[in-house]
Amino acid sequence: MFRRERSIPLRGSAAALCNNLSVLQLPVRNLTHFGVVHGPSAQLLSAAPEGVPLAQRQLQAKEGAGVSPPLITQVHWCVLPFRVLLVLTSHRGIQMYESDGSVMVYWHALDAGDASLVQAVFARGIAASGHFICVGMWSGRVLVFDIPAKGPNIVLSEELAGHQTPITDIATEPAQGQDCVADMVTADDSGLLCVWQSGPEFKLLTRIPGFGVPCPSVQLWQGTVAAGYGNGQVRLYEASTGTLHVQIDAHARAICALDLAPELLSAAEDTFVHIWQLSRSPEGGYIEVEHCHGECVPDTQVCGARFCDPSGSSFAVTGYDLAEILRFSSM
Amino acid sequence: MSVRTLPLLFLNLGGEMLYILDQRLRAQNIPGDKARKVLNDIISTMFNRKFMEELFKPQELYSKKALRTVYDRLAHASIMRLNQASMDKLYDLMTMAFKYQVLLCPRPKDVLLVTFNHLDAIKGFIQDSPTILHQVDETFQQLTEIYGGLSAGEFQLIRQTLLIFFQDLHIRVSIFLKDKVQNSNGRFVLPVSGPLPWGTKVPGLVRTFNNKGEEVRKVEFKHGGSYVAAPKEGSFELYGDRVLKLGTNMYSVNRPMETHMSGASENLAAQTQESIAPNPLAKEELNLLARLIGGMEIKKPSGPEPGFRLNLFTTDEEEEQAALTRPEELFYEVINIQATQDQQTNEELARIMGEFEILDQPRRSASKGDDLLAMMDEL
Repeated sequence: MFRRERSIPLRGSAAALCNNLSVLQLPVRNLTHFGVVHGPSAQLLSAAPEGVPLAQRQLQAKEGAGVSPPLITQVHWCVLPFRVLLVLTSHRGIQMYESDGSVMVYWHALDAGDASLVQAVFARGIAASGHFICVGMWSGRVLVFDIPAKGPNIVLSEELAGHQTPITDIATEPAQGQDCVADMVTADDSGLLCVWQSGPEFKLLTRIPGFGVPCPSVQLWQGTVAAGYGNGQVRLYEASTGTLHVQIDAHARAICALDLAPELLSAAEDTFVHIWQLSRSPEGGYIEVEHCHGECVPDTQVCGARFCDPSGSSFAVTGYDLAEILRFSSM
Repeated sequence: MSVRTLPLLFLNLGGEMLYILDQRLRAQNIPGDKARKVLNDIISTMFNRKFMEELFKPQELYSKKALRTVYDRLAHASIMRLNQASMDKLYDLMTMAFKYQVLLCPRPKDVLLVTFNHLDAIKGFIQDSPTILHQVDETFQQLTEIYGGLSAGEFQLIRQTLLIFFQDLHIRVSIFLKDKVQNSNGRFVLPVSGPLPWGTKVPGLVRTFNNKGEEVRKVEFKHGGSYVAAPKEGSFELYGDRVLKLGTNMYSVNRPMETHMSGASENLAAQTQESIAPNPLAKEELNLLARLIGGMEIKKPSGPEPGFRLNLFTTDEEEEQAALTRPEELFYEVINIQATQDQQTNEELARIMGEFEILDQPRRSASKGDDLLAMMDEL
């Protein structure tokens, strides 16, 4: 059972995007950082354990050419071996900052070269994999940036081709060992998932086809891919083979966010957040899913949701048009 | 965001505008032939081919200021006049209605069905004018061509673009409050029951499969809502059962039209940011706007047909009062083209006007550019 905790007020309401909440847990400093996209700006704020807001900062999307100011598509903290960077993607490019958002260390402008007049050009989907940061593009390409231990000498090392439609989300986890080398999964608007092995050169391991709906959110845990789809379904696949293991008719509207803590959290536009327990069955070794908890956030089109601590005993939610971060913790 | 959003935004807002004007014309007992003329003039201006061509070009959404300017012109495309307060209220009602429709669309693609609902109703207003009917059908064709083949992902982007446009608008509308589709804090009610989107199964089932793809386990869980599968998919044909009610005329019975201003604005900082920041992009937007409005062939009120003023409020005093008490953060700033001062804009507009075909009807004034500028300055 979860109870509602004190909300954290936001300067601007959350935009109707998917994966619109990033959380950076800093247990050593007893702080949690939150990142939410408002539109042309994103808000970062840090809070103490009871949700007391301590500091906040707003970041703007860079380069204002065109009729309206460029919109941000996602904000996400990337935890690398020696540093943490904050990455912001927009319709103009990719901005990388030191983790508190104080200094921009890198700017990559999007090249709209191949885009036809009718295609929207943007970057979306951000994840850290070892000392790389991977960012998805409207074209389906995934840019791989090599990040040094410190300083701004960030280099675009590779461009991955695997998708033909805009990337929606990217998920990574440290490789599990000999049996499973898959450590990154990318998802796109057609619902296609690509499973990769990271390295000086990334290798495409498997493709998991879509079925006509976008896959806005994806997670990777112990060799299992968890994917949330536009028709409200959550599916779990074996990362190395692409075999479907679990199919959940989880939500009544499009899923907008997933998180793994070791529990799985799914949030959708139907106002619900569900928490699922994942385990491996002793006999077959395959994944088992059990529903733990459902939370209705009344009249709120949820657009982001994340666990706030490693054990999954608390989570935070953002909603379209809502100028606060809602918090829940287990009793 | 999506560069395919403007036509949907424009047509649906236009449709809501017509529903409201139709109801007010009847409520104010405007003679049938005058009322019909007003609606015919507005509809024929909306669906004018040149205008539609400009509208359907892939482009980013205009700012709220710019879009409001387009509707100001449209509302004055005939013998009817609206005071500032009434125009403000009309725009409030239009935008909140379409915001509601977009938010409640079960699937992102359903926004196309909402658009078709508006077009179906518009055709009802002009049944006796075959020329305008044909224009509307052509627009229908264009919508099908452009949107018929878009993927679910592209519709999701369109939906997100529209919602970003409507972000932070929480004006309370009486008819919504009465029907309990809007809460007293201005937020819309999102029901957790009713028909599901086409293609979504009833939540509540967990199915487990083995390595051979055989189902090995099936467990139900309590999902918290009370949903039923959609009976059928709405029709995307020229004629057909849309199934979805969003976008149909909710004013057809005599419904109250009040809006409530107090407590309507939230996130003041975010909103005023948009309206007061000096806009260095204004010139480019102005040019785009000039092209769009340039395509509207506005007929000047002519001959013996006297104009009349439509009031969106119940009395003139109410209208005056509304004008005085409108909260500052909800002022719609309308783009002001300084005809005499900005020589370049003047020439640009005159050139654009010159590009369009000569109307069959004789022009009344010497310079088309002056016409448009003069009318815009009156706003």
